[in-house]
Amino acid sequence: MRFSFGKALLPIYTVLALVFLLIPIGYTFVFSFNASDKSNIVWRGFTFENWTTVCNAQGVCDSFVNSIIIGVVATALATAIGTAMAIALVRYRFRFRGPVTLLLFLPMATPEVVMGAGLASQFLTAGVEKGMVTIIIAHTLFCLSFVVVTVKARVSSLDPALEEAGRDLYGSPAQVFWRITFPLLLPGIMAAALLSFALSFDDFIITYFNSGSVYTFPKFVYISAARGIPAQANVIASAVFFLALAIVIVSQVFASRKAKKLAAPIS
Amino acid sequence: MAFAAFASSAQAVDAAPRKSSKVALVLLAPGLAYLALFFLTPLIALILTSLQAPALYGDMGEFVYAFRWENYVSVVNEYGDTFLRSFGYALIATVAALLVSYPIAYFIGVWARKWPVVQAVALILVIAPFFISFLLRTLAWKQIFSDDSWTMETLKALSILGPDAHFTGTPFAVIFGLTYNFIPFMTLPIYTTLERLDTRYLEASGDLYARPSTTFFKVTLPLSMPGIVSGTLLTFIPASGDYINASGDFLGGPGTQMVGNAIQSNFLVILQYPAAAALSIMLMAVILVIVAIYVKRSGTEDLI
Amino acid sequence: MATGTFAESGADLELVGITKRFPGFTAIENLDLYIPAGSFFALLGPSGCGKTTTLRLVAGLEDPTEGKILVGGKDVTNTKPYQRPVNTVFQSYALFPHMTVLENVAFGLHRRGIKDAVAKAHEALLLVELDHVSNRKPQQLSGGQQQRVALARAIVNRPALLLLDEPLGALDLKLRRQMQLELKAIQTEVGLTFLHVTHDQEEAMTMADTVAVMNKGHIEQMGAPQELYEMPRTAFVASFLGQSNLFTGEVSAGPADSLSLEIGGNRIVVPRSRAARHTGKVTLGVRPEKLTLHTEAPAHDATRNVLNGGTVKDVSSSGVSTQYIVSFPNVGDIVVFAQNMVFGPVVHEGASVSVSWNIERGFGLEDHPEEAGKFVPDDSTASIAVAQRKALFAELEGA
Repeated sequence: MRFSFGKALLPIYTVLALVFLLIPIGYTFVFSFNASDKSNIVWRGFTFENWTTVCNAQGVCDSFVNSIIIGVVATALATAIGTAMAIALVRYRFRFRGPVTLLLFLPMATPEVVMGAGLASQFLTAGVEKGMVTIIIAHTLFCLSFVVVTVKARVSSLDPALEEAGRDLYGSPAQVFWRITFPLLLPGIMAAALLSFALSFDDFIITYFNSGSVYTFPKFVYISAARGIPAQANVIASAVFFLALAIVIVSQVFASRKAKKLAAPIS
Repeated sequence: MAFAAFASSAQAVDAAPRKSSKVALVLLAPGLAYLALFFLTPLIALILTSLQAPALYGDMGEFVYAFRWENYVSVVNEYGDTFLRSFGYALIATVAALLVSYPIAYFIGVWARKWPVVQAVALILVIAPFFISFLLRTLAWKQIFSDDSWTMETLKALSILGPDAHFTGTPFAVIFGLTYNFIPFMTLPIYTTLERLDTRYLEASGDLYARPSTTFFKVTLPLSMPGIVSGTLLTFIPASGDYINASGDFLGGPGTQMVGNAIQSNFLVILQYPAAAALSIMLMAVILVIVAIYVKRSGTEDLI
Repeated sequence: MATGTFAESGADLELVGITKRFPGFTAIENLDLYIPAGSFFALLGPSGCGKTTTLRLVAGLEDPTEGKILVGGKDVTNTKPYQRPVNTVFQSYALFPHMTVLENVAFGLHRRGIKDAVAKAHEALLLVELDHVSNRKPQQLSGGQQQRVALARAIVNRPALLLLDEPLGALDLKLRRQMQLELKAIQTEVGLTFLHVTHDQEEAMTMADTVAVMNKGHIEQMGAPQELYEMPRTAFVASFLGQSNLFTGEVSAGPADSLSLEIGGNRIVVPRSRAARHTGKVTLGVRPEKLTLHTEAPAHDATRNVLNGGTVKDVSSSGVSTQYIVSFPNVGDIVVFAQNMVFGPVVHEGASVSVSWNIERGFGLEDHPEEAGKFVPDDSTASIAVAQRKALFAELEGA
């Protein structure tokens, strides 16, 4: 077979595009080893020190811990509330389905800056002091619609006959939910939770409007950007990146193994 | 993934939903209450704030309820250009992201079907940017293309760029940053629709005397429209409200301010809440109008 | 039903005046039905005739708009599905994908708190010869095996009434035949009452003791399979259950024990006892395999109806038999099945032929073909469900 440039064009382009996507990630990772002093802009030599002294840089670890706490709580809230809504939307008939769907769609069509300013105005008017709680409220809000969309897809791909079979086989409504519906929705719920956590962890815009004096990791980066970001921030970001990548790869391998195992029929 | 968020969710077959609206109400109640309290009420708060007047003898940042619609006139006068710039940047970035992303999505969703491992790896690499702070990624570009960086020096030495060329602080840099940041949001929904594309349609088209380019424009592209609509909305909406890329600390400069920057500085820096609120309301209104027209015209009304 | 106990034997099922309306359409209209205990009862009809809705009403998965459902004499109309002594084998099997075969089969027993659930589940799997795959997941089994697991999962509960919703629809022809025999054998062995819903007339006729033909939400005719075939009462049954040649004409004077009809200048007779209507316009029918083809006009015989002057329009062989379409002026086309006793067809296209049949083989209907209307055979249950769902949403949205 002769090499055809036309046929190779798409793979070559894709490889280049993916490299382009990864350049800033590589940059961030490489500069986590920079023997920088204050600002981490110019390469001053290789060192492991940043990785061993992550928490020495002021505020890096505190903001990181805050981001984790906020991410976990907001994810739990959004996933619980959103899953219930997704089930209701797919499996039950009710009036005002149109308005409810619209209400869930609107947050996704609202720029973050508007949502952030809106919540901040409300907290201002109501005299609520901004802090962890207000950040969690904001994060739960923008995660909610994404959870509903993700779980909804899973619910509508779930054969209703399975739940009917559960009821037919003497399962009470609670038993049918916990033994059949929930386990079968779990992959969708997990995907929604991971997405929520990722959205929450990386959010800056809404957070900035509603954080008061509390620092999240993105806020720390934003504030430091003006005067130079410590290399320890690169360490945290790189560590999170590789951890997330590992989770995705392991779950992919696991899923494809399982699919392969199930694909082999037994007589 | 939720990146099919805006795609039509046409389900082939599922049984008629059960009735029992009481159960539905119980399931929906927490979510609806949450949205009412923390989404609708803030919007109302925003509208009220946008009409406030400065308090007499008050400090900076003190306002009283009023019906000062002139707030809108003054922000239009002051920030009209910024509005146009925002939507212009967002539009160009969306088109650019679409052009960059479609081939990637096509490669993963159609071309690489025979090699699941290639598909999986490429997909993970597309998602990879999500795993690292987008602020740091944007800063990385700033530093890679800063005026005294070796990249710029090399480009200048090769005479690709003029000796006085700048990257950071230019509209090009802001649009570049927006495009870069939203490529995964564009690629994933398009990939989702292309992945489900039945290649027999393409074979049938070829069988019916269509050239490959005709097949692409008459068959592949229309069938991937749901993904394109979804991806463009997921890009355009946040891009038009973004203020990171355009911020002076990142890729922007004084001449590249977007609405987001104006809202942020009015609200958080100079404490002009009514102006920030009026800008927010206008931004949201314009986006909703654009989205409604777009969704109606592209025929995917069956949203989320 | 009380938990922890098994039904002693099959129970009878009685539906009294059941009506089921969905918004914008009526699925079942005032249906009465009695199924005796221990019988194998088939509900046969085209897609959208209401047979699956009937089954779901009995299972408790839908509530009737009006009417009562009695199982073993007890009114279960207002009980939940998990309180009814009824189990279902679903069309798609609905095996729980996240559980093993054994867990699937033991599910109902565990819910009812029955002792030795695992041992009983193994027994049920032995009955369907699948105990060796009890630790597999359902997706690892073939279609026929999944179907048997679904059956085991239902019968292990010893329900008073077992509902089968097109359980063989997803299997290929050969496997279906085999499963039909197995199902019948199991029914005989466990002695339960089976209510089987199908659109496959052959399946209904080979398996069931009693068949009810359903159309447009009501039962057209009910009886033993052979009886339905030999003496259909309506044009719908005559054409849904096998093929029929139908003739419509006015009853003219004739002998006391039979009806005579004038059809296109021919006199066609049917015994009065085999006709549902005796006066006015009447439709008579005869099955294609009851007809004899003659190359010359047969001699007069009082026991046979004869049509002369036909022309063979089409000949097609199906191996076992040959189908001839014979065109008669003023009567129309008549279909004749002839056994292939010799090699090749007896007559060829264009030949002039006569057709005759024993008057005892004809039947008289209570309605006429045009009244029965043609059902749309390719309307799948799925597309009907989607249409219903859309109509339902439209109505709710409008409300």
